[in-house]
Amino acid sequence: MSNSMVSVLYLISALLFIFALRGLSHPESSRLGNIFGVIGMIIAIVTTLMFKSVLSYLEIGLAILVGGTIGSIIAIRIKMTALPQLVAAFHSLVGIAAVFVAAAAFYDPESFKIGQFGSISSSSLIEMSIGTFIGGITFSGSVLAFGKLQGIVSGRPIVFKYQHIINALIFLFIIFLIIFFINNQSPTIFWTLVLVSILLGFLVVVPIGGADMPVVVSMLNSYSGWAACGIGFTLSNNLLIITGALVGASGAILSYIMSKGMNRSIISVVLGGFGGEQANSTSKDESDKIVKQGNAEDAAYILKNADSVIIVPGYGMAVAQAQHALREMGDILKNNGIQVRYAIHPVAGRMPGHMNVLLAEANVPYEKVLELDEINHDFPMTEVSFVIGANDVTNPAAKTDKTSPIFGMPILDVEKSQTVLFVKRSMATGYSGVDNELFYRDNTTMLFGDAKKMCENIVKSLN
Amino acid sequence: MEAHSSEIFVIGLTVFFLACVIGYYVVWSVTPALHSPLMGVTNAISSVIIVGAILAAGPLGHDTSKIFGIIGVTLASINIFGGFIVTYRMLSMFKKRKLKEKNKT
Repeated sequence: MSNSMVSVLYLISALLFIFALRGLSHPESSRLGNIFGVIGMIIAIVTTLMFKSVLSYLEIGLAILVGGTIGSIIAIRIKMTALPQLVAAFHSLVGIAAVFVAAAAFYDPESFKIGQFGSISSSSLIEMSIGTFIGGITFSGSVLAFGKLQGIVSGRPIVFKYQHIINALIFLFIIFLIIFFINNQSPTIFWTLVLVSILLGFLVVVPIGGADMPVVVSMLNSYSGWAACGIGFTLSNNLLIITGALVGASGAILSYIMSKGMNRSIISVVLGGFGGEQANSTSKDESDKIVKQGNAEDAAYILKNADSVIIVPGYGMAVAQAQHALREMGDILKNNGIQVRYAIHPVAGRMPGHMNVLLAEANVPYEKVLELDEINHDFPMTEVSFVIGANDVTNPAAKTDKTSPIFGMPILDVEKSQTVLFVKRSMATGYSGVDNELFYRDNTTMLFGDAKKMCENIVKSLN
Repeated sequence: MEAHSSEIFVIGLTVFFLACVIGYYVVWSVTPALHSPLMGVTNAISSVIIVGAILAAGPLGHDTSKIFGIIGVTLASINIFGGFIVTYRMLSMFKKRKLKEKNKT
């Protein structure tokens, strides 16, 4: 196949990837978009297999078969509540694959037409180093993020002295290594670069935890794209550059949306430590305030007599796997002529769009699931807000208390509805460590217990 | 040779920035409800890095770079299949409820 033919096929593949993302602008067009993505990938792989230098079909075929089988089994079996950690795990694979491709290009530059071993051009070496560096960070950062989300590692942010200075020094050391690598092209330096990048990836994610995880997952998504880009430059392959840039941009925008949802700059999230120390300093003077407590029957009574209900789900719903029971409750209310809608805060859950997927899994029609901007002005006209597994995203202190760590964060105005029902396991604070004054309001009823059991009991009472 | 390689780099840079601009506009048009599938699909397509791995694994023989290539192909394949399938699963849930809604009314 001629070079220009290859370029055209890669271009088609890149265009199909763009359409795959474009399709996600609406649920109706999204499935077609996904098919475009698959076709684009098939074209890319088949085109590459047609290269004259590619001869070992058996080994490559086996590798695809083994990898494909593993990937398929994982993807088919995974529970929707475990999506965030699955995505994190997948990001780590992109990162480490980038490192392997860079290593292959370093040891056998002839296959990629970038020179001979030991005499690769400087520009290729720079691109290779950047690809390796970002790949290494993506790998270890994602592995740690996976551990945190899966609960293998403590989800709490880990902060230690001089953390940022140490990271900055390591970064400088990496730049030094890259310069050194360009000059002597030594395998030892290359592998040192790999190891130090992996170390930095761990250190970057260590101080970030809890509800900041959506930002981390999006950021790693972005990094995996930039890693592909770096490899694309090394191999002078436009398809890799385009795809890497698309993915990089996507992750960056998601990170931006997530940090805006918490009214925090991406930098402050990256620096980390949020919710670490504050968690202990919960103001104890609140404990003498009166909390109105209710049970499932009370909740069922309140819900049954309402005209309109807005359900506000949070991470707690995902943990308790309460989405199906919740939908059942919503259906009964709807059949009684009550308007039921769902309000999603941008940072609810542990990855962007987490709540939407869980509600979709439970067959909640997506027209009933609304974003903060779309539904926030409806709370004053709503009789009951049913908050399940969410906390900080409803805390009015974000609007009134300038000293609060969450001040300025956009919140769902549940306090403006006539009655607020709070399903919670205990009085414990959310990730920010801030007490929620809503708990003590006259129009608030606390429903203590497991979110799923509570929904099931409410359903029983409603029947 | 040097002039030639810098020319290739500039072409790459052009492609890179144009792709970033396209990515910017396309991603902002994604509805927030589908941000999770967006991560799934970007994860799958970023594994296009398999192209580089195939080139490394391509030549006959058994040198170091070939082994790296084979490992790269395997890892990227996990991602490609896993990423597209999990995205498909997510998106088909968004379909299901639409149909159900229609059947009810």
